[in-house]
Amino acid sequence: MAVNGLEFEKPIIELEKRIKELKAFASTENIDFSDEIKILEKKVVESKKRAHRNLTAWQRMQIARHPDRPYTLDYINALTKNFIELRGDRAFADDQAIIGGFASFQDKTVMVIGHQKGRNTKENITRNFGMPHPEGYRKMLRLMKMAEKFSIPVIAFIDTPGAYPGIGAEERGQAEAIARNLKEMAHLQVPMIVVITGEGGSGGALAIGLGNKVFMLENAVYFVCTPEACGAILWKDRTKAPEAAKALCITASDLKKFEIIDTIIPEPVGGAHRNPNKTAENIKNTLKTCLIELAKLSPEEIINQRYEKYRKMGKFLEK
Amino acid sequence: MAWFGKRQYTVLPATKKRDIPDGLWTKCPGCGEIIYNKNLNKNLSVCPKCRFHNRISVQERIAQLVVKNTFVEYDKNMQSVDPLNFKAYKNYKDKIAQEQKKTGLKEAAVYGEGDIGSFHVSIALTDYRFIMGSMGSVVGEKVTRAIELAIDKKIPFISVSASGGGARMYEGIFSLMQMAKTSAAVARLSDEKIPFISVITDPTGGGVSASFAFQADVIVAEPRALITFAGPRVIEQTIHQKLPEGFQRSEFLLEHGMIDMIVDRSELKQKLVDLIGHFDSYSK
Repeated sequence: MAVNGLEFEKPIIELEKRIKELKAFASTENIDFSDEIKILEKKVVESKKRAHRNLTAWQRMQIARHPDRPYTLDYINALTKNFIELRGDRAFADDQAIIGGFASFQDKTVMVIGHQKGRNTKENITRNFGMPHPEGYRKMLRLMKMAEKFSIPVIAFIDTPGAYPGIGAEERGQAEAIARNLKEMAHLQVPMIVVITGEGGSGGALAIGLGNKVFMLENAVYFVCTPEACGAILWKDRTKAPEAAKALCITASDLKKFEIIDTIIPEPVGGAHRNPNKTAENIKNTLKTCLIELAKLSPEEIINQRYEKYRKMGKFLEK
Repeated sequence: MAWFGKRQYTVLPATKKRDIPDGLWTKCPGCGEIIYNKNLNKNLSVCPKCRFHNRISVQERIAQLVVKNTFVEYDKNMQSVDPLNFKAYKNYKDKIAQEQKKTGLKEAAVYGEGDIGSFHVSIALTDYRFIMGSMGSVVGEKVTRAIELAIDKKIPFISVSASGGGARMYEGIFSLMQMAKTSAAVARLSDEKIPFISVITDPTGGGVSASFAFQADVIVAEPRALITFAGPRVIEQTIHQKLPEGFQRSEFLLEHGMIDMIVDRSELKQKLVDLIGHFDSYSK
C-alpha cells in the first residue's frame, strides 16, 4: 500500500524505505544483513512510538484526515458480513456521502450507517468528500426508524468534515434535516452505538451521533467547527488552524476527560492506516461488549440512558 | 503664459456634515429613511415606511409579547465558565465580561414563564447582542430548563431565537453537545404532546437552527430574517460564487417549505395567541 507521509512521519518512512532496500539488496546479492535489519526495525518501532506519544491536536487532525485512513465501508467490510446497502431518502435523492444498510455483526443483524469519503478525485466527487446534503440525513433517519421498527440496534461510523455548506443544501433545509435527526435519535427505542473514526465535523457528525455509547478512535477528532474556520473567525487568520485545533480541544483524550465520549479505542502505532485490520479488530471488541451490555436494557431504559447522558453535558455557574 | 498658473476648477470646501445627535434618530437599514426613535419604538422597531424589522433585545421582545408584570424570569444569574480555558485573538473570559457590560445580561438566553394573551406559557429567548446569540452551555441549559418547565406545568413552549452565531466556538465540543441536549428535551416535550412554537428572528444560524429552532410544531419567522445552517460567507467561500439576492431570508425559506409562515411583528403576539388557541382547543 502506498503510504502518504505526514511531516512528522518522514524520518520513519525514510527508515522503512532503507530496510526495504537492504532486504532487496540482501536477497539479490545473497548477503546476510539480518543483524543490521533487526537494528533498523527496532529503531523504526521506537521512533514511531516516540512520534505518536506526543502528537499535537493538529498532528492528530492530519492523521484523522489521512488519505489512507480506513473509511466506513472498509470497517463495514472488515467487521460485518452480508452488508446490504439501502439507498435513497424517498423524497429527493440518494446521497452517496453517507451510506447505510443491514449487516451481520457477530451473527446478529445490525443497521450500520456512516459517512463515506472517497479515495481519489473521482470517488470524492461521488462522495462529496463525505459531506452530506439534507437528503443524506433524511436517508439516515429512514434507516434508523426502520431499525427501531424491527428492534435492530444501530451502529454509526462518523467521519465527515461537516454537513455540506451549499445553495442546494440550504434550499432543501440542511438545518431542518439535522434538527429532525437529533430530535428523533433522542427517543429512538433501540441501542445506538457511535464510533468516531476520523473527523467528527460539528452538526454534520452529530446528526448521526446521538448514541447511547460514543467511542472514538485514538487519533480521531471531534469539533464544533473546523480549526481552519475557527482560526479565520477568532484569530482572523486561517493559517492559525494549528493553534485553533489546540484551543478547541478536539482530541479523543480531551473529550474523554470532558466525559463527552465513553471510551477511546486504541489505534496501532502510526495510526489506523498503518494497520487497518488491527484497528478493525479493536473496534470489533469494543462493539461486541457494548452490544451485549445494551441488549440488557428495555426500550424505555435505552431512551432514558441516552437522555441522562446528554442532559448532564455543559459547564456553567449558578449563583 | 498665464494659463499655466490658472486654476481650472474652483475647489469648494467640503460642506460640513450635519451632525445627528446620537440616540434621537435612526437611519432605516432597509430604505434609508431617517426615523425619530420615539416613533420607531412605538412601532415595535419596525420601519413605518418599508416595514424593515430592526433587531431587538430580549427585554424589548418580552415587553412586546408577554402581558405586563406576568413574566417571571428563572436562573437569571446563570453564567458561562471557560471550560476550555480558551485563548485566542480575544480570551473568552474577557469577551464575556465585555458582552455582559454591553447588554446588561449575564448570558445570551433568558427564560421564564408568563402570559401571552390569556395563555400561560414557558418562553426562552436568545439575544443577538451577546456573542451573536450563540449557544454555549448556559444557553443550552436555559433552553432545556424552559422545555422542562413546560413539561412540568403542562404549558406551551415558545422559543424566540436571534442566534446568528449558532454554536459558540469558545466552548468547543460543549457547545455542540447543547444541540444534543436541547433536542433530547424537545423529544420529551413532543412525547408529552405539549405544543411548541418557534419564532425565528434575524439572525438565526448553525447550532440553533439545526437544533431546537427547527424542531417546533409550528415555525414562525419575522420578515426578511436571515435563517441559515451555514452562513452566507461560508457558502460563498465554498462554492466561489456570489449568492442570489434574498437567499436564506424568511421569504426564501417559506417558498422552499421550511417554515409555516412569516408574521409581521405588529401581528406576532396575536398570531401566537391564535395558534395556542388551536392547540388548546380539545384539551379542556
